[in-house]
Amino acid sequence: MDEIIRSFTPESNPNIPELRPGDTVRVHNRIVEGDRERVQVFQGVVMRMRKGGVSATFTVRRIAAHGIGVERTFPFNSPRIEKVEVLRRAKVRRAQLYYLRKYRGKAARLREDRSMVERPKRAVQES
Amino acid sequence: MGIRKGLLGKKIGMTQVFTENGEVVPVTVIQAGPCYVTQIKSEDRDGYSAVQIGFEHAKRLNKPDRGHLGDRPPLRHLREIRTDDVEEYTLGQMLDVSQFQPGDLVDVTGTSKGRGFAGAVKRHGFAGGPKTHGQSDRWRAVGSIGSGTTPGRVWKGMRGPGRMGNERVTALNLEVVRVDPERNLLALKGAVPGSKRGLLLIRDAAKGGSKSG
Repeated sequence: MDEIIRSFTPESNPNIPELRPGDTVRVHNRIVEGDRERVQVFQGVVMRMRKGGVSATFTVRRIAAHGIGVERTFPFNSPRIEKVEVLRRAKVRRAQLYYLRKYRGKAARLREDRSMVERPKRAVQES
Repeated sequence: MGIRKGLLGKKIGMTQVFTENGEVVPVTVIQAGPCYVTQIKSEDRDGYSAVQIGFEHAKRLNKPDRGHLGDRPPLRHLREIRTDDVEEYTLGQMLDVSQFQPGDLVDVTGTSKGRGFAGAVKRHGFAGGPKTHGQSDRWRAVGSIGSGTTPGRVWKGMRGPGRMGNERVTALNLEVVRVDPERNLLALKGAVPGSKRGLLLIRDAAKGGSKSG
């Protein structure tokens, strides 16, 4: 029965590279404004990833104007996501980075994971 | 009552699908059909008109059922669908999901999950009592069930705890989202009564009609 359910699941969006919590990403998201369609870019840190087949999502946190934190959750399978670029990979020690909400400015920085630098760059060039 | 399309099926489970513009639609996947027309009931002979359809291969059948089905395949579940246009159907005719199209509205009848002996909060949506301010034993209580000396008894039909679920429930006007005739699958928008593997009767919507037509 589960196989039948899974067969309804579309192939995961090929425009999304492998993500990890702590990655700084640019999400190119198609949005419809009235009858116009345009691509909106949302840049921030991947704060959490949720599994769940079709309903898997990832949440990106960014600091908007006046230091207001904005979190946006995207479904992995959404056909609206045009592209996701990984700009920077950070060394983090937990899967959900909820603690970022407590910190602002310099305190909210993440240590960069240099060991992975090659891989995300290649993934970006391929897409 | 016009032509009423119908099909028997089994609930597989729920998932979600995306529309082309990226909207998420919650769907229930149903394995429906193939069904066979096993009997046609007419006004003259039976006093009402309906078609009886059967679903799912039966490993064993009792003698009355075998006799009833005759040379038709052995079928486990038989259900009737009331329709005026019995001429549209022939005995032994095969029905499958291709009679439905995405955008159609259907009604789905099934047996709801049994909840056992349930309290009034779960069964009838009572609010229950206050949780704090010195209360004890009143969290999920039924509350008052009537007046005092007049009438001196509890009105008939007063809602209270009791057996809940395991009853026939029909979900109306569910939209057909996907149809897969090859694998006999239907995906309907929203939830459907009963547990997974539960038997379902799918008919085109009695009220409202089809979205596409």
